[in-house]
Amino acid sequence: MSGAILPAPSQRTATTGSGIGMSAWANMFFVLPYIIVVVALVIAPLFLGIWLSFQDYDMLGGWAGGVAFENYTNLFSDRIFLGTIRNTLLFVVMTTPAFVVVGLFLAITLNSHLRRHAVLRSVFFASSVLSVTVVTLVWRLVYLPNQGLLASVTNLLGLPGIDPVTSETWALPGVAVVTVWWIIGLPMTLFLAALQQIPKEIYEAAALDRASRWATLTSITLPSIRRTIVVVTLLEVILQFQLFGQALLITGGGPDNRSRPMVQFIYETGFRDLQVGFAAAASQVLFALMLVAAIVQFWVGRSRDER
Amino acid sequence: MGGLSLRGLSKSYGSLDIMRDLSLEIADGEFAVFLGPSGCGKSTLLRMVAGLEAPTSGEIHLGNRRIDAIAPGERGVAMVFQNYALYPHMTVKQNMAFGLRNVGTPRDEIASKIAIAAKMLEIAHLLDRKPGQLSGGQRQRVAIGRAIVKQPEVFLFDEPLSNLDAALRSRTRIELARLHQRVQSTMIFVTHDQVEAMTMATRIVVMNHGRIEQVGAPMEIYRKPSTRFVASFIGSPSMNFLPVVQAGESDGRALVRLADGTVVATEILSASVPRSGEMTLGVRAEHVTPGSGTAARVDVVERLGERTLVYAIVDDGSTIVYDEPGDVAPAIGEHVRLSLDPANVMLFDAAGLAYHAEPRA
Ligand SMILES: Nc1ncnc2c1ncn2[C@@H]1O[C@H](COP(=O)(O)OP(=O)(O)O)[C@@H](O)[C@H]1O
Ligand SMILES: [Mg+2]
Repeated sequence: MSGAILPAPSQRTATTGSGIGMSAWANMFFVLPYIIVVVALVIAPLFLGIWLSFQDYDMLGGWAGGVAFENYTNLFSDRIFLGTIRNTLLFVVMTTPAFVVVGLFLAITLNSHLRRHAVLRSVFFASSVLSVTVVTLVWRLVYLPNQGLLASVTNLLGLPGIDPVTSETWALPGVAVVTVWWIIGLPMTLFLAALQQIPKEIYEAAALDRASRWATLTSITLPSIRRTIVVVTLLEVILQFQLFGQALLITGGGPDNRSRPMVQFIYETGFRDLQVGFAAAASQVLFALMLVAAIVQFWVGRSRDER
Repeated sequence: MGGLSLRGLSKSYGSLDIMRDLSLEIADGEFAVFLGPSGCGKSTLLRMVAGLEAPTSGEIHLGNRRIDAIAPGERGVAMVFQNYALYPHMTVKQNMAFGLRNVGTPRDEIASKIAIAAKMLEIAHLLDRKPGQLSGGQRQRVAIGRAIVKQPEVFLFDEPLSNLDAALRSRTRIELARLHQRVQSTMIFVTHDQVEAMTMATRIVVMNHGRIEQVGAPMEIYRKPSTRFVASFIGSPSMNFLPVVQAGESDGRALVRLADGTVVATEILSASVPRSGEMTLGVRAEHVTPGSGTAARVDVVERLGERTLVYAIVDDGSTIVYDEPGDVAPAIGEHVRLSLDPANVMLFDAAGLAYHAEPRA
């Protein structure tokens, strides 16, 4: 039986030699749907956005021609916009290290076959599947002045009350806490996957080498998952630059614009004030910032790698 | 310094018994090789000594210290893992230094220890490379180096040669034997390869199913295997086994009859052999000589260079392998007659227990 079947593939490979050009064209058909989607939904909007940012385009007033860099000069003299840059950068600086440190801590703590650890892993991941509205609803209750969980705790400890929703100082950190709580599951899961790749024997060798827990963490575990740390950092920087829903729903950007992120600014100028050209210019600034952050990270990760 | 003493060691995983009541004394400075088929519990035993696995019951003593309950790093043992388990992100030098740094060894002392070990193992030019940039043999040397610098009382090797090619394996065997002579530490070496056991061991411990089958010097185990399992496991080619029935005695020595009716004389005291039950005759290839005796037909000829092995089939269908003494091997299909050297024939009873020739006074 097998003797009759086996020769067939070798005949096929022999004949495809003459059909290489055709098969390359045929291969194109397989990637075509993907290319269409990418061009239509990524490339085209990207260039459309760049073009729009140089236009005076108002949803109501319509297109009033090119304005060169006017949108940009207006942006950089807009105190509110500059404030959103500051807020967004601050937010990224607050959340990204928290995602890495807390995610790593959870992953290391819960990296075992114990049933209770499996349960806890699911619990920590579970909040990630909630929508931003549900999450903010929950946290509005926590942050409720006088009766919320946070107020109860500070009362109990005799500390001065913190009201993240109305405090200029605590608004942005309050949003950061919600964000970390909400999607800590992703970095945790990425770290868990990386930890499970580390061969058990290395830890056994370290135990025979009398490595303390600290030495094991710093000399074995962290270097072994360095790539994942870089990836998680990169991912979180890109994600957290896009802060929007939580801030809008918890603080509305206030008080005094202290928690207003760039995306909210873009949303408000573009969708509320209908100044599409202006909003597009703000989007380009955000895009540029994210690109720079990503490149810096990538570069830092790479150069460490080569050492 | 001191010998290693295993006392009544047992290990089970849940309801699965891997090892039961294993006891053994290993003298200081000995090169003990644990030999057994895959899955017989060799690694488990080694890992219990290293402290990577806790015995279910029993004690382990090193010198006059009981070590089975203390942390792996504090036992005075170093282990070379089968796949080396080098730290991939550290250089060779850092790999070797890690264990010393962890106990606060001064920098210059670490440097000199590494230099000495690197010279001994000829890896001085590799010190700044990472494990990923090394060949298998080089990694293996680094793994040994990492153990040496700690100057342990006991070295544990878990099949360290199994990932090397044949040429490197035989070279490393010699180097390990040399290393043992130089450092004089106790070494426990685990392998399923009888050649490694025969060539390096001062004493071989043959294991099967988590039990010790026999402990002895290499030649003793080769010449006088105590069970059929040991007899079949040691030696290449494997020992010939032929079913026999007892055929009385001559001069107090047992006579047995092969399936084809040939009576074979032995030097085994007939009084020591059980009267009844199935028996198996065992004889090694070098103790079978062509000429006269039982009839067989040549099946396969294997030329190994220094010796030529002939596989012949006897009447009842069983195969006998023998050393062809001359330069000209018989042709395939040719009929030969084979005689078995009475002084080197052994018998095994149904339980696999061996009976050996007794020299005449
Ligand atoms: N963690 C474990 N859980 C259950 N069984 C195990 C475990 N480790 C080893 N074993 C079993 O113990 C037996 C001995 O294993 P091992 O000591 O690795 O054998 P060897 O090294 O001689 O090949 C094997 O049958 C193996 O399946
Ligand atoms: Mg093993």
